[in-house]
Amino acid sequence: MDHLIGALVGAPLLGAGVLLAGGRRLDRAGHWIGCLLAAVSFALGAALFADMLGKPTGQRTLTSHLFSWVPVGGFRADVAFQLDQLSMTFVLLITGVGTLIHIYSVGYMAHDENRRRFFGYLNLFLAAMLLLVLANNYLLLYAGWEGVGLASYLLIGFWQHKPSAATAAKKAFIVNRVGDMGLSIAIMVLFTTFGTFSFAPVFAHATSASQAKLTVVGLLLLLGACGKSAQVPLQSWLGDAMEGPTPVSALIHAATMVTAGVYLVTRSGVIFNAAPTAQLAVCVVGAVTLMFGAIVGCAKDDIKKALAGSTMSQIGYMMLAAGLGPIGYVFAIMHLVTHGFFKAGLFLGAGSVMHGMNDEVDMRKYGGLRGYMPITYVTFGLGYLAIIGFPGLSGFWSKDKIIEAAFAKGGTEGWILGGVALLGAGITAYYMTRVMVMTFFGERRWQPAPEPDTAPSVEPGIEVHPGDLPHPHESPKVMTIPMIVLAVGSVFAGGLFSINSAFVKWLQPVTGHSEGHSPVTTGEVTAATLVVLAVGVALAWAQYGRAPVPVTAPRGSLLTRAARRDLLQDDFNHVVLVRGGEHLTRSLVYLDHSLVDGAVNGTAASVGGLSARLRQVQNGYVRSYAVSMLGGTAVLVAATLLMRAV
Amino acid sequence: MTGIIHSLWTTAADPALPLDRIPTPKIEYAQLSPVLIVFGAAVLGVLVEALLPRRGRYVAQLGVSVVGLAAAFAAIVALAADGYASTKSHIAAMGAVAVDGPALFLQGTIVLVALVAAFTFAERRLDPLVHGRRVDSFAAQGAAVPGSEQEQRAVRAGFTTTEVFPLLLFAVAGMMIFPAANDLLTLFVSLEVFSLPLYLLCALARRHRLLSQESAVKYFLLGAFSSAILLFGIALLYGYAGTISYGGIADVVSGTARMTPALANTTANDALLLIGGSMVVVGLLFKVAAVPFHMWTPDVYQGAPTPVTGFMAAATKVAAFGALLRLLYVVLPGLRWDWRPVMWGVAIATMVIGAVVAVTQTDVKRLLAYSSIAHAGFILAGVIAVSPDGVSSVLFYLAAYSFVTLGAFAVVTLVRDAGGEATHLSRWAGLGRRSPLVAAVFAVFLLAFAGIPLTSGFAGKFAVFKAAAQAGAVPLVIVGVISSAVAAFFYIRVIVLMFFSEPQPGGPSVAVPSPLTVTAITAGAVMTLVLGVAPQYFLDLAGKASVFVR
Repeated sequence: MDHLIGALVGAPLLGAGVLLAGGRRLDRAGHWIGCLLAAVSFALGAALFADMLGKPTGQRTLTSHLFSWVPVGGFRADVAFQLDQLSMTFVLLITGVGTLIHIYSVGYMAHDENRRRFFGYLNLFLAAMLLLVLANNYLLLYAGWEGVGLASYLLIGFWQHKPSAATAAKKAFIVNRVGDMGLSIAIMVLFTTFGTFSFAPVFAHATSASQAKLTVVGLLLLLGACGKSAQVPLQSWLGDAMEGPTPVSALIHAATMVTAGVYLVTRSGVIFNAAPTAQLAVCVVGAVTLMFGAIVGCAKDDIKKALAGSTMSQIGYMMLAAGLGPIGYVFAIMHLVTHGFFKAGLFLGAGSVMHGMNDEVDMRKYGGLRGYMPITYVTFGLGYLAIIGFPGLSGFWSKDKIIEAAFAKGGTEGWILGGVALLGAGITAYYMTRVMVMTFFGERRWQPAPEPDTAPSVEPGIEVHPGDLPHPHESPKVMTIPMIVLAVGSVFAGGLFSINSAFVKWLQPVTGHSEGHSPVTTGEVTAATLVVLAVGVALAWAQYGRAPVPVTAPRGSLLTRAARRDLLQDDFNHVVLVRGGEHLTRSLVYLDHSLVDGAVNGTAASVGGLSARLRQVQNGYVRSYAVSMLGGTAVLVAATLLMRAV
Repeated sequence: MTGIIHSLWTTAADPALPLDRIPTPKIEYAQLSPVLIVFGAAVLGVLVEALLPRRGRYVAQLGVSVVGLAAAFAAIVALAADGYASTKSHIAAMGAVAVDGPALFLQGTIVLVALVAAFTFAERRLDPLVHGRRVDSFAAQGAAVPGSEQEQRAVRAGFTTTEVFPLLLFAVAGMMIFPAANDLLTLFVSLEVFSLPLYLLCALARRHRLLSQESAVKYFLLGAFSSAILLFGIALLYGYAGTISYGGIADVVSGTARMTPALANTTANDALLLIGGSMVVVGLLFKVAAVPFHMWTPDVYQGAPTPVTGFMAAATKVAAFGALLRLLYVVLPGLRWDWRPVMWGVAIATMVIGAVVAVTQTDVKRLLAYSSIAHAGFILAGVIAVSPDGVSSVLFYLAAYSFVTLGAFAVVTLVRDAGGEATHLSRWAGLGRRSPLVAAVFAVFLLAFAGIPLTSGFAGKFAVFKAAAQAGAVPLVIVGVISSAVAAFFYIRVIVLMFFSEPQPGGPSVAVPSPLTVTAITAGAVMTLVLGVAPQYFLDLAGKASVFVR
């Protein structure tokens, strides 16, 4: 079975290679090749999962060593995979949700002339993400990490003819570089400390390293995780990344990319457990991001950006849980999986709405859409209920556990973190209800297009109609079926995981688990959460459901205006980082010109001069060449004789 | 007359033996089959040329070459699988030819290189049609004076020089014996066997015929000169040891051989040994293009038809380094304290001068020529290690380098304008905008030359420098790394030129090649990436094949 692990990564990688190298010949079949290889990868994952379930708990880890890349001395760069319960969970999420998004994209991108390239990038994204979660050492994980960065850059900027998309892609890439820097330094420190990149020996000896070193490593890993998972302070790229086609947003937010940071922290749990300061930092980052994303989500009128704020906030929950240590790891991953279902469903639903509304993203120009697109309405609605934690649905099971675990941390920290998590649940209910109501309920705030002569086109993609007016309609089956599947997952996944604590038992051998000492009982937490939830929903309904929604946004309070500008994140970055960076570069450029360039140019000039002079010897005359050979021979013979004489 | 190892060459000439006792030489045909197959195919090619009508020759010649080379490769693999690369390795043909790991590895490399090169030789889609007929890179009629009435007649008649295929095969066969030669005369004969066809091939360019002929004459004159030096060295070594077999000379050097009374006065004269040894080494250094015996390289690489240049740059280097390795490791290991310092000097000079002079080159083919000189220096660093690691790293480097080189020259044949190939670097500006795929593939080759990780160039350079450092040649490695940095400058400059400069108006276009060249370039690119991403298997293979038979 262990040979299949390579194929798991190989299938989408092959797809990316074939689709990108195949050229226009594959234009007609390319999208199906992409879907097929994603599905193959999922099938392999499912087979491995079945195999894993058949084994006793202690023997479930599979390893597969492909080859070592330039081993020298103590340096071993292995291309080797490790499939345990944690990676398995990710594999199923990535390939399962990924495949659904592939299928959806067939419809969504039907009219895009570069659809083949799009599927090539999607496959590349899956392959990189699988490499990331299957690597058995940090170096290979880093390769996957960078692959994810590249694929996200390519996909966010897929419509590169739009300057905003090109800028967003660059922004995502550059912000991620900051995080990548942290991860790469962390890996270097790990290597100098433990002499290996492999997880197993690093974790086995983790406690032998000094506290300070582990804290440094932990903080650097956290920096890396912040970049990929869009946590404060590296969160600014996520909102802009909505410039990519909507399936890309779904992929980034649900199955890949943003989950990478949570994976990294959970995978490195042993290190964080031994470095409480770093662990606390993870909690703080998670809690701050949780509130940050929720507040931003409340103010956005762009449906995708509101959802982006929500992702940030939900990933904040996961980070918070991961920072709690063994109390929280399992629930971080569980929330990650349930979130994968409902967030993918919500994004695909948003895509479906936009598709019916002429790519309009402003929710103030929606309203009353539930009659026009019933399937989208129902699936989106189920995703909505799941994310706010409606009792019995997926989000309820995972989010409540995180809130409970936060309280269980104990002490003042526990109360603060638990309180933030609880408050976040209320805000989540508020902004998600706002999205739901503004989109599907209320009166319609859009001008319907006059009925065209022919029957309304059911083809997806960008459509141009008389006066560019929308005529909302349900999307084709190739788009709705993935939405339905995801909605089913949003409803039942959390419950299934919680029966008999199945998920905890499944993941426990890898991450460890402890109950903690909660100052409040499970019942109290659930009750409190439900109250907060009800308040949030009621507030939103009062504000957007009962009263009519103005088509142009009111000026709003100071906080609203700040939240609309993403709580001034870009202004902050501009003033502190960009201006500061400009000053720094200016002074560096001065230094560079005066000192470094002198040395470099001097060297370059002398090499060039030497080169030009040596070239003169090459005069084209055989006689000169022969003389040089004769001289060379004489020197060589003389030198050899001399060596003996000396 | 005991004590001296008999060999095919000396037995008959030995006056001490009565003529009627000449034993029948014993030839192990099966073990020599790779070379014999290639020779057979070459002879068949000559017959095709003589007997077949002109129309059918191209297809027949290509078929004979491809089948012959593939069969030879199969024979090599079979021999290796049979254990001749390790446990059963021995010296065949009365001591003339070694069948061992390094020999089989290098022969395999040469045959594969030749197979890919045969595809580029056969490319007929790049040049515009001449009187409605497809033509290749070779002159219509080699014997016609450039610009003469006779040449025009040949062109009008649509002649093509299909003789290039048998010439290629003869050269390949010679190159296969060269690294396997186990006595000095076999070494010399095989040197001539592969050199003479190469001189001819260099002269056969369809375009710029005068430049091509000039390069051939230069190559021939200097090659003859170096052969003479080599032969003189052989004579001196024979004078020293009284035998020409590698093992015999090595025994005399180490003092374990019994002296013949007749030669006792002259043998073991160390002056003869040192002078003769270094002269033979000079002959080989000429072929690998080490400084100061490198000056023919840029002129010949530039003038020769590009497919020939690619073949020559790749395969000659493999064969000559193989022969150099065997000479230094089998014949002269007892002298390593004498030759190592000298080779240090040669390696340093080769790396530095190759890299530095390349900086100011403006012609792609000359640039690649100087780069090949610098690479010869890097490989010499591995040769100097005198350790099994040294041998395996050199074997790996040669395999990696030869495919990068073939691929790079194959790409050069694609970029053309009205005057044929556009080799001036300024003409390549902005190529990445117009033909991103071709430019990207060329960029991969350049990165491999520069030794960027995940390409075969990195793995090879890493292996030779590691072997050299472990053998105590740290200063050499430092010079090597600095030269690599200088070399990286001009490789990257070409990439910058291709991707970040505005295309010239009226610049060259990229011709659409036939599947033949596509196969060649693909093979080069795939080998470059496979050996770069997963080098371990091939490093192991080279490691297993690194023991010379004595």
